[in-house]
Amino acid sequence: MSEARMALTLGPVLFHWPVKDFVDFYARVADEAPVDRVCLGTVVCSKRQPFRDEIILDTADRLQRGGKDVVYSTLALPTNKREIRAIGEMVEAGFQIEANDIATVHLLDGRPHVVGPFLNIYNEDTLALHRSLGATRVCLPPELPLASIRILATGDDAVEVFAFGRAPLALSARCYHARADGVSKDSCHFVCERDADGLNVLTTDGTPIFAVNGVQTLGFVVTAATREVADLKQAGVASLRLSPHSCDMVKVATVFRDLADAHITADEANDLLAVLSLPGPLSDGYLRGLPGARLLDEVD
Amino acid sequence: MTAARAWNGPELVCPAGTPAGLRTAVDAGAHSVYCGFRDETNARNFPGLNFDRAELREGVAYAHQKGVKVLVALNTFMRAGEVDIWKRGVDDAVEAGADALILADVALVAYARKAHPKQRLHLSVQAAAATPEAIAFYRDRFGVARVVLPRVLTVEEIARLTANAAPCETEVFVFGGLCVMAEGRCMLSSYATGKSPNMTGVCSPPSHVTYREEGDALIASVGGFTVERFERDEPAGYPTLCKGRFQANGAVSHLFEDPVSLNAVELLPRLVDIGVTAFKIEGRQRGRAYVAAVVRAFRRAIDSMAAGGKVDVEELRTLTEGQRDTTGAYKKAWR
Amino acid sequence: MRGTIPLVLSRAASVLPLLPLELVSRRLLANAMAARPSFAARLGEHAGRTFAIDPLDCPFAFLITPGGDGVHVRVVRDLSEAAYDARIAAPLIVLCGMIDGTYDGDALFFSRDLRIEGDTGAVLALRNAIENAELDPSSVLGLPKPVHRPFNRATEFLFGQLRRALHAPEPSGGKAYLP
Repeated sequence: MSEARMALTLGPVLFHWPVKDFVDFYARVADEAPVDRVCLGTVVCSKRQPFRDEIILDTADRLQRGGKDVVYSTLALPTNKREIRAIGEMVEAGFQIEANDIATVHLLDGRPHVVGPFLNIYNEDTLALHRSLGATRVCLPPELPLASIRILATGDDAVEVFAFGRAPLALSARCYHARADGVSKDSCHFVCERDADGLNVLTTDGTPIFAVNGVQTLGFVVTAATREVADLKQAGVASLRLSPHSCDMVKVATVFRDLADAHITADEANDLLAVLSLPGPLSDGYLRGLPGARLLDEVD
Repeated sequence: MTAARAWNGPELVCPAGTPAGLRTAVDAGAHSVYCGFRDETNARNFPGLNFDRAELREGVAYAHQKGVKVLVALNTFMRAGEVDIWKRGVDDAVEAGADALILADVALVAYARKAHPKQRLHLSVQAAAATPEAIAFYRDRFGVARVVLPRVLTVEEIARLTANAAPCETEVFVFGGLCVMAEGRCMLSSYATGKSPNMTGVCSPPSHVTYREEGDALIASVGGFTVERFERDEPAGYPTLCKGRFQANGAVSHLFEDPVSLNAVELLPRLVDIGVTAFKIEGRQRGRAYVAAVVRAFRRAIDSMAAGGKVDVEELRTLTEGQRDTTGAYKKAWR
Repeated sequence: MRGTIPLVLSRAASVLPLLPLELVSRRLLANAMAARPSFAARLGEHAGRTFAIDPLDCPFAFLITPGGDGVHVRVVRDLSEAAYDARIAAPLIVLCGMIDGTYDGDALFFSRDLRIEGDTGAVLALRNAIENAELDPSSVLGLPKPVHRPFNRATEFLFGQLRRALHAPEPSGGKAYLP
């Protein structure tokens, strides 16, 4: 049982934030956030990429000067030649890549890389296989329960767990933001920029259920593995992934840092998170082996 | 396979939900049938469906006797600590004489290749291989012989993938339920119910589906979330989460997908032209009468094309769910 | 609903005693189970559930528990006092058509000719088990093998006439047991 320090990874921003917000966000992260690794890059929609590319190298530089390790996250569902070529170019240029699709793993051809929460790594054999293909850190799919995570982390020191943020649930070729606005993906006018944490989706009787972010569907609730951090640490999980939202992510990172170091309790952590402007209530359903929509402390 | 297949045209791959369903599909003109074991190793793990080991052996014998191939689906993702369940499934399917295994978990593909070097392996749509590079990953490392393409592609993309995948073949869905999310990577179901197609082999599982009558209307819920409401004269349907009605931006709509199903019969000649090897009919959970009707119609269409004739589009229209059909993502306007 | 027996006939039937019906049903069900021994295995965990089969146009309903130690059938006048896990309701001729494969259960449900309530998983298990059982009228009635073909053909003809007379839904497709 490892008692080593659990690291914190700031996942890639999944949403289409305006460039200025990005720059400000990462400036703060570089200076103030107690995270070890930061993921940069366009994961959801390649149409957003040109906006990011402008500032990505400067941002990476800023983060590295702030002592953060930088990883370049790639598309979770690349479909065309142009998208694959862009990934290939990044691989060739020698950047530290986060693979979110098997095509990227193929392009990496054995080079060391990290794996994001979009590859289907549910068991020890598949984890070992990806490790043998060069993965130095693997973020598990958010739907995995603690019981499975324990088995995976016990045999391997490169496991990362999705610990904060709306859980990414699905990807499509169709853009739901555009569809909800009555336009098509090709002429979308970037309506997704309106919703910094995703566009809320409710059932017909008003119960919040999902959030859409371009081609991506996320859960409405906000995953928060506060109650499970101690167990995860004991199981040998190497790092926790915090997925950025419009709330104060420096505070979120600080909460998880203190929790991981056992300076605060899970209850205290939950209280601190609850006062932030989160897009939904806190949940740990998946980790408890329950439906992902189950809130913290909610029984099935 | 005992009997040689004289047919050189596209292979019609048909669903076999039960032993009786297998015989129905075979008798109706399938070139090959696909089925699974009665457990979580395949993505149609519905109550009362699928085969035990003995039934699979009998099914293979029946199919082979009529010159029809049997493909066994073990296309869910192995659970941590219990990978042996899937590996035993692979071994037993091979022993039963399966012509090919349809797999999704890369570690299971690796196991199957290593333990059974001569066994033909197909890549399930659950592996979501949507690019030449993704297909190449499985083809080059594990000798996968065929890949089932995701339903979210356009015909142009299918053409490109088919050309690039060679010598690996491609198989394309042409009829039945439509999956709008990248297959094998969708957790909508586990969000609402705790059960997902990836881990448990079920999507919007019946154990978590309730129907409730409210006056003349029928309300369908999944995991406690209201997903659909069928008014008095509206046809009812199964409340798959992504086909439900939801509110966004203040408006109610079928946000993710309308409750239509795939019917690509009018695209068959085009798909043949671009070199697609096999046409897949979705529907292991459908009844024998439905399967027989669909298989017969598609077999007629394929035979007609081979003889240089035209394809009759009308007869399949009534069989689609909700009585509305679509060519899905195959035509780009869908996005 | 389509296929409903005229009210005057169902009212007339309400004076009939239920016990003979129960005995006959038990026999039919035992025959059906014998025709396909894997039926109970296929039901799995749902074998011990109680299904209410409710012919909406008849003054009685069946409560069936297929698994465990033999098949239990009870016939009741109405379901309001009964305990069951799932209920399947439709006009009688539609229910009969589901058992012999004339109708596809899914199609009937989609077209609102069939109603289900309660444990959806149990209903699905039952439907899949019945689908696989390939029941035909001769097996269910326990008739000797040589008469199966002619008897099934005759029954098919009669049922067809009855369906038309009652304006029942059209059959879903071919039957596996008819050549």
